[in-house]
Amino acid sequence: MAIQKRKAKFNRRSPIAAAIVLAAGLLLSGGGYAIASSAVAAEAAPNAADIAEGHKLFLANCASCHGKNAEGTQNAPSLIGVGAASVDFQVSTGRMPGAASGPQLEVKPVQFNASQTAKMAAYVASLAPGPAIPDASLIAANGDSTRGGELFRINCAMCHNAAGAGGALTQGKYAPNLMGANPKEIYEALITGPQNMPVFNDANLTPADKNDVITYLMFLESNPSPGGNELGNLGPVVEGLFVWLAVLGGIIGITVWLGAKSN
Amino acid sequence: MSDSEHDYGTGLAVVTDDVVKNPGIEPHRVRMTDKSVKHENRASRQVTAMFLASIAGSAFAIYAYFAFPITAELLTVRVSTLLLGLGMTLGLFGIGFGAVHWAKTLMPDAEVAEDRHITRGSEEVRARAIEIIKLADSESGFSRRKLIRRSLYGALAFFPLPAIMLFGDLGPNPADTLRHTMWKAGTRLTKDPTGTPIKASDVTVGSVFHVIPEGLSDLSEHKLEEKAKAAVLLVRLNPEDLKEAEDRKSWSYDGIVAYSKICTHVGCPVALYEQHTHHLLCPCHQSTFDVTEACKVIFGPASRPLPQLPIAVDSEGYLIAQSDFTEPVGPSFWERKI
Repeated sequence: MAIQKRKAKFNRRSPIAAAIVLAAGLLLSGGGYAIASSAVAAEAAPNAADIAEGHKLFLANCASCHGKNAEGTQNAPSLIGVGAASVDFQVSTGRMPGAASGPQLEVKPVQFNASQTAKMAAYVASLAPGPAIPDASLIAANGDSTRGGELFRINCAMCHNAAGAGGALTQGKYAPNLMGANPKEIYEALITGPQNMPVFNDANLTPADKNDVITYLMFLESNPSPGGNELGNLGPVVEGLFVWLAVLGGIIGITVWLGAKSN
Repeated sequence: MSDSEHDYGTGLAVVTDDVVKNPGIEPHRVRMTDKSVKHENRASRQVTAMFLASIAGSAFAIYAYFAFPITAELLTVRVSTLLLGLGMTLGLFGIGFGAVHWAKTLMPDAEVAEDRHITRGSEEVRARAIEIIKLADSESGFSRRKLIRRSLYGALAFFPLPAIMLFGDLGPNPADTLRHTMWKAGTRLTKDPTGTPIKASDVTVGSVFHVIPEGLSDLSEHKLEEKAKAAVLLVRLNPEDLKEAEDRKSWSYDGIVAYSKICTHVGCPVALYEQHTHHLLCPCHQSTFDVTEACKVIFGPASRPLPQLPIAVDSEGYLIAQSDFTEPVGPSFWERKI
């Protein structure tokens, strides 16, 4: 951690070195800060050029709703203090820029490449301290999946379903399906609480807890249901209904055949 | 009434005048298999093929049992049951479809009507039956000995009564356990499942904590029962978002509020918290509670708000309960006063 901090300070003093190191090191230093200050990390350490570039992208793509200085408008919240993790989550999953206002912003094709996303994240992070993009060591998915499963069932399953298949919330909102989400997105969602999802800070779920939860979800994804096709994992009512309709349809078909006279 | 006068067959209890005329049996249609040897041979081959497919299916099931054994690898269960099931299905369906196809195409298909037999007994038999009943009555004295008969009725009426007492014993008497939970003044709020106490400063705005009372994990028995009553959801709102009644202003701490997680409808865990709308949704029947207004019901079948747990902070900064819930948690019950 100390090394990370020193590197960051060094980068600020030496813009030429920073241009090389920071392009690759932004994620790393952000993650380092996340450990250093319980993931509500303080300043990221991007260089001024990235921030300026990010600001341009922000003005062109985000400012119409979030305000020219990210101070928020009637249509969208302030982004001051939401942190790089929030920007990275929203933009890299295609939720932002939003296509239309509605109960919930949908996942769409991603509009910005990784470097553009990082620059916008750097700009927003430069406005005020906020959660940083997690370091690779936090999202290695090498934890205890059993414990992660227990934490998931206590903290997440009521909305996201015990199998991570997602579920309905009030008035058109929903908790999305988690199959297909990558560890970084899951971690960022936990620390930033996108849209109506609550925040799970490090006092609630420690970084190790979060890694366990991620491990559990990755296990679910790589281990299909041993009982057969999941039918969307939506639960016994849906599965029962499907079987009733399909099997009853088959039985009716056989009954018709039994009663029909041979030609 | 004899059946020959009308044409509506036997077995009718009530004879009406406007009865629909029996259309009789449709004219017999000769099947292709009756007309052409070629078709007959083809049907015969089809039936045989179905029976052979059945044999193949059964044999495949046996093969699959040995070729795809269930090992420690979880997915082998899926493969093994799938292939076994397919083989056995083919084995059984082949027999069934073959038999039906055989009957439909090759066995005689001439329509035959079989009348129902008359169910009424002959006059002699009926007279004899009444004679036997009367004889039994006179020999036993059932009609004549009124005292015996009535005391028997009484005995039969009293006989099931002890069962009512026993049914009453089927469940434990809940006494006042429905009215109290583990929470009492000074109990720390701890995280589920670890039992780690929670500092007020840990609960940032927008956070949600799933809370159990301190000491729950140390219980030697009835742990789940206690958890089912005492489970609490802890959230922090911006204090200006909270609309608190005067008498409840001291129940929260700087925007942190704690509510029972047990739905007042039928007791499902209400834990689907939406950070921006501050709605709390019950997944079972969509009862929705508004956390900003003392968890009042804003949608769904629940009839009462979720009970609030009065909380405070102790000298070390940990969240504690001020008391137990001030009303019974969970769904209504018989003796509960609203």
